[in-house]
Amino acid sequence: MEIKLNGTWTEFPDGATVADVLDASGWQRPGIAVAVDGVVVRRSDWPATAVPKGAGVDVLTAVQGG
Amino acid sequence: MDEEPLVIGAFKAQSRLIIGTGGAANLAVLERALVASGTELTTVAMRRADAEGGSGVLELLSRLGIELLPNTAGCRTAAEAVLTAQLAREALGTDLIKLEVHADDRTLLPDPIETLDAAERLAADGFTVFAYTNDDPVLALRLEEAGCAAVMPLGAPIGTGLGIRNPHNIELIVSRAGVPVILDAGIGTASDATLAMELGCDAVLLSTAVTRATDPERMAAAMRSAVVAGHLARSAGRVPQRFWAQASSPPR
Repeated sequence: MEIKLNGTWTEFPDGATVADVLDASGWQRPGIAVAVDGVVVRRSDWPATAVPKGAGVDVLTAVQGG
Repeated sequence: MDEEPLVIGAFKAQSRLIIGTGGAANLAVLERALVASGTELTTVAMRRADAEGGSGVLELLSRLGIELLPNTAGCRTAAEAVLTAQLAREALGTDLIKLEVHADDRTLLPDPIETLDAAERLAADGFTVFAYTNDDPVLALRLEEAGCAAVMPLGAPIGTGLGIRNPHNIELIVSRAGVPVILDAGIGTASDATLAMELGCDAVLLSTAVTRATDPERMAAAMRSAVVAGHLARSAGRVPQRFWAQASSPPR
């Protein structure tokens, strides 16, 4: 299935969870947060939350700014 | 001299200088500037992650014992700002949020309608909201009524270094505020920061003036002194301005 990961359509196995997506993309690290279709998914829920086909997944982290 | 701490929600600090981390040439320069500034609260922005790994700014701030103030810079709507704030809380484990909703890239002026909308939603969601706002005394009150923990009027547009363009508006905001007022944006040099405090602001937030100065560490030290000087002068009670001279030596 394809999901839109940080704005780019990317192929993942059907049924992939948020944790799977982060592991596969290499973005799994402290200080990140994830929203699926505009709703925050808490860190404790990442392993159990399946990403729907076609979903928009945004992974944010803190950078210098402001 | 023992000074009252700056208190915003559950946050408390002795330093009244909040630094933004944007614009520093590298982390080593940023570290020296932060240490010289004496700041206890520093902004970070939230951006989409990439495979490169973190920027190292979180590790730096953690090592220096400086508290994080994530911002919503780059957001154009209340909905974007609310989601960014919720992501920042999840990522960084803090309820503090600097709410900024920019109307356009050229002025980076705050969009008052979207900002007020987002402020209401974030305050209701338990955030300690620091609201970046225009120097509008009416809007500042509305943001306070919406539940903001601090209002942050701009001195001039972000990054311009034009100083405080409308000091009277800042005084009006201070005179009616029931929450701390933080002068945010537009500071160019130390005297601007002192003026902000002399006008009665509770703190100053600046970034560019330090990070893009020729010597950021030196300017950070200047800003630290400037904020202390302005705060002392405000609380000392200045002499009234007079048209005619008044001898300071006794008459013969």
